[in-house]
Amino acid sequence: MQAASANGTTGVAIAHVGKTYESPRGPVQALVDISLDIKPGEFVSVVGPSGCGKSTLLKLVAGLEDVSEGTIAVGGRQLSGPPDGLAVVFQRDVLLDWRTIIDNVLLSIEFMGRPRADYRERAMALLARFGLQGFENRYPWELSGGMRQRASICRALLTDPQLLLMDEPFGALDAMTRDDLNLELARIWQDTRKTLLFITHSIAEAVFLSDRVVMMGKSPGMIVDVITIDLPRPRSLAVRDSAAFVAYVARIRHHFAELGILKE
Amino acid sequence: MLKLVSRHREALDIVLVLLGTLLLWELGVWWFQTSPLILPPPSAVIAAFFETPWVFMRHLGFTLWMTTIGFVLAVVLGVLLAIAVVYSPLVERTIYTLLVALNSIPKVALAPLFVIWMGTGTEPKIAIALMLAIFPIVIDMVLGLRSVDPDMLNLARVSKASPLAILLKIRFPCALPSLFAGMKVAVSFALVGAIVGEFVAGSRGLGFQILVAQGQFDTVRVFVPLLLLGVVGTILFFLVDYAERVCLPWHVSQRSRQGSGHHG
Repeated sequence: MQAASANGTTGVAIAHVGKTYESPRGPVQALVDISLDIKPGEFVSVVGPSGCGKSTLLKLVAGLEDVSEGTIAVGGRQLSGPPDGLAVVFQRDVLLDWRTIIDNVLLSIEFMGRPRADYRERAMALLARFGLQGFENRYPWELSGGMRQRASICRALLTDPQLLLMDEPFGALDAMTRDDLNLELARIWQDTRKTLLFITHSIAEAVFLSDRVVMMGKSPGMIVDVITIDLPRPRSLAVRDSAAFVAYVARIRHHFAELGILKE
Repeated sequence: MLKLVSRHREALDIVLVLLGTLLLWELGVWWFQTSPLILPPPSAVIAAFFETPWVFMRHLGFTLWMTTIGFVLAVVLGVLLAIAVVYSPLVERTIYTLLVALNSIPKVALAPLFVIWMGTGTEPKIAIALMLAIFPIVIDMVLGLRSVDPDMLNLARVSKASPLAILLKIRFPCALPSLFAGMKVAVSFALVGAIVGEFVAGSRGLGFQILVAQGQFDTVRVFVPLLLLGVVGTILFFLVDYAERVCLPWHVSQRSRQGSGHHG
């Protein structure tokens, strides 16, 4: 169903990036010396405690904020503003209450100035794939939190982005809905191989979804470890019971505990 | 169906409360034997209206016309000004600062000045109605345009939305509930402004009629315009309220009124 045009063409190169905010009590360092290469078509998760700057890192890669030090290149080009072929899914679904689900999904298309009619069919197919067929003419407030976040993922995927950034997209959902959406995201990534940067505070979610898990520590935010997850794909939820999965989660948790970020 | 029933109930409540008040008033006057020069009974007021109904209706029509023009101008100019304030720091620091400062002085005191500037025709009445009504609209609209979820604006930036598209598709609809809140206050203020304008100078309108009757110590004929103003003021308020329901079926304040027939 997905066009294959975007297959693994856009990597992200983050080199020695720092971010400093001005505050009344002087400059505050949010991120220090972040270096990370995301290969085209790779699924990378960033996991860390609240306040470690992982959402800031996402905003920098999205070109929504400027770096204070270092450089970020997307698809080989230095960032100045949001790059082409980018889509972002935020923690809150940011659906517009006055638009129906289908009109919300088509919103980015309108912003880009492309004709809606060209994308309507694809939008309907995406909604169907995410279990929202029959809901296209409903309003966001008539849907559950999980369905709303599904709609916002459809909106992000509609433009067939080469780089997809997700900022704790399932953080506000209940555990069962979260499992569902993890599985659906894993499948859609498997089919399309978009370069994906996924921010989360759930270690299990990061291990389940990713090729690599980036661990961040806080004050200031920095990368403390990068762990390659060598689990076979496609992964089913049952993989979470496997010894290898449990070992990855335990290793990451143990490392956070050593840093004093988590209690063991 | 539920919606219709609850709306009828609401209207019925208002009519019953008003009729009850009139009844208490009538009984009170009869019980305490109050002089009609001080407080005539409502029956006498209504009888006085029907002696010369068309005279009263003609003056009412004039007042309503002044109110409507003042109100509509206040909405149009107020919305434009609010947009300018939100988009231009210069306008905010100059005109908006001045407006907020002026808001705290009793603007009615400026009415005589308007007569000096504009004469005794329709212009000063419209101008005073406009001046009173524009404040709540600008202040509420500025607040509304600013109360947009930052991630909604980030989403638009990622999609490379034009500033005009952001204004029309995100900021303006987001601000509509605030605008209507301002309009509900403003419509009553516009009516006050029109009456004050007629008090100060002129030969038409309910304000003028009150002044003339007061000069003749004809208390009954003071009360006829007062009663009409009460009725008209209430109707104007509910017209704005009705417009809000039609325009904003998606807003939280409207949803609860419709019951919760979701997930059909």
